[in-house]
Amino acid sequence: MKLPAFDYLAPATVGEAVDALAAAGRDARVLAGGQSLLLDMRLGRARPDALVDINGITGLGQVRVEEGALVAGALVRHRAFESAGVAPGPLGRLLSLAVADIAHPPIRARGTMAGSLAWAHPASEWCAMAVALDAEVELRGPAGERVAAARDFFLGPHATARAPAELITAVRVPLLDAGTGVAFAEHRRTAFCFAQVAVVTALTVVDGVVAGARIGLAGCADRPVRARAAERSLLGAAAAPPEGGGTPPPGHPFAQAGRIAAEHDAAPVAEPYADPEYRRQAIAVLVARTLSGAVADLRAHGEADREAGGAR
Amino acid sequence: MRITLSVNGREHPLEVEPRRALADVLREDCRLTGTHLGCELGVCGACTVLLDGEAVRSCLVLAVQCDGRSIRTVEGLAGPDGRPHPLQEAFSAEHALQCGFCTPGFLMVAAAALEDDPGLADDPERLEAVVGSNLCRCTGYTPIHRAVVRAARARAGRIGRREHTLHDEPEGRDADGS
Repeated sequence: MKLPAFDYLAPATVGEAVDALAAAGRDARVLAGGQSLLLDMRLGRARPDALVDINGITGLGQVRVEEGALVAGALVRHRAFESAGVAPGPLGRLLSLAVADIAHPPIRARGTMAGSLAWAHPASEWCAMAVALDAEVELRGPAGERVAAARDFFLGPHATARAPAELITAVRVPLLDAGTGVAFAEHRRTAFCFAQVAVVTALTVVDGVVAGARIGLAGCADRPVRARAAERSLLGAAAAPPEGGGTPPPGHPFAQAGRIAAEHDAAPVAEPYADPEYRRQAIAVLVARTLSGAVADLRAHGEADREAGGAR
Repeated sequence: MRITLSVNGREHPLEVEPRRALADVLREDCRLTGTHLGCELGVCGACTVLLDGEAVRSCLVLAVQCDGRSIRTVEGLAGPDGRPHPLQEAFSAEHALQCGFCTPGFLMVAAAALEDDPGLADDPERLEAVVGSNLCRCTGYTPIHRAVVRAARARAGRIGRREHTLHDEPEGRDADGS
């Protein structure tokens, strides 16, 4: 439907935006890319009194590497992550793999990473990435600035630790060390659908053995999940995909980790076309597949990462 | 709110309510009805236009957000002499439309991609993402795919000596679709 009326505010600074959000007695929402908010308003799921358009605030559109982390301002569009060169080493590759499954180029030209985190859809690729990589969310509110860890940020479907008067100013994603392979896999009904299940994986290998694992799950619970039990099961395992490629067979450490992620880490919610059992099966397969993919990524790029002097 | 939209090089001073989408203002206030509205949910892509050169869904952008910015719609594709854009010629030559409802959106998303990346025809993944951006319920997408490749090759001046193509036509067929 056509959008209902609202007050439109276009602040020029972050401070003005926070003041506008904090103005008493109304439901104000931040308009960044608007690709989810305007959609929700058209569907009647959101009916704010005011939109605070932050697109005119200078300085929020920058992406930079700083103190071992990629810092993406609130107005950095999804599109910025399409090139693996956005961040050095494995992180840039992982972001570019994941962004390819976020909507389509015209949506990616407007939508933002910070906006995805604020919207906190349980199937969001960026939210899963944020919990997997221990990202941080920089917030500015009436009481000043604060930083929220991704693991504490997501509280449920479309529910976050952000207060209504707070603005996300940036997302900080730690770089991944050389010696880390990355992979992303997503299962969805059609290219136009949200993910039923998506998996973000970063595997650190030392002397052929898994020394660290980060696995983030989207669409696997009412919020993004870090598959910690599956990660633990991998430590010390041989980083060797099955001979001849393909899905790791039962009994393979990667298949076992997939099963653990599906049974212990995920808490799938029933949805049309994806009941919990179906989702658990998809999770087990995708996690195993990304683990093989991460080893393949490391074999392909590990040497170059190391020659670049590591990521940090 | 008073805004000025620069649409296809022409300034349009307008008075618009903030709640109105760019697509509605283009159609109703600027009288440029070539931009079609299908789902109005950002899914179908029929309303795709270029905002400062970048393809966006005009149903998911507010007109007031475009104040002072440059917009290009399907009406702005043809040259000043009325000659169709290479993409329009390619769509015609490849029968990349039947009912035509989705066509303005496909033309604009392809126009942005071609301007951004003239080597688009040689990048199957990118091409797939571009053609997969919008919905078409008639053609099955393959002719659209062919048309974008054809336009890219025409633009690069490579028609007639193609290394490979999705759909090789018999020699001698008119190369520019005219």
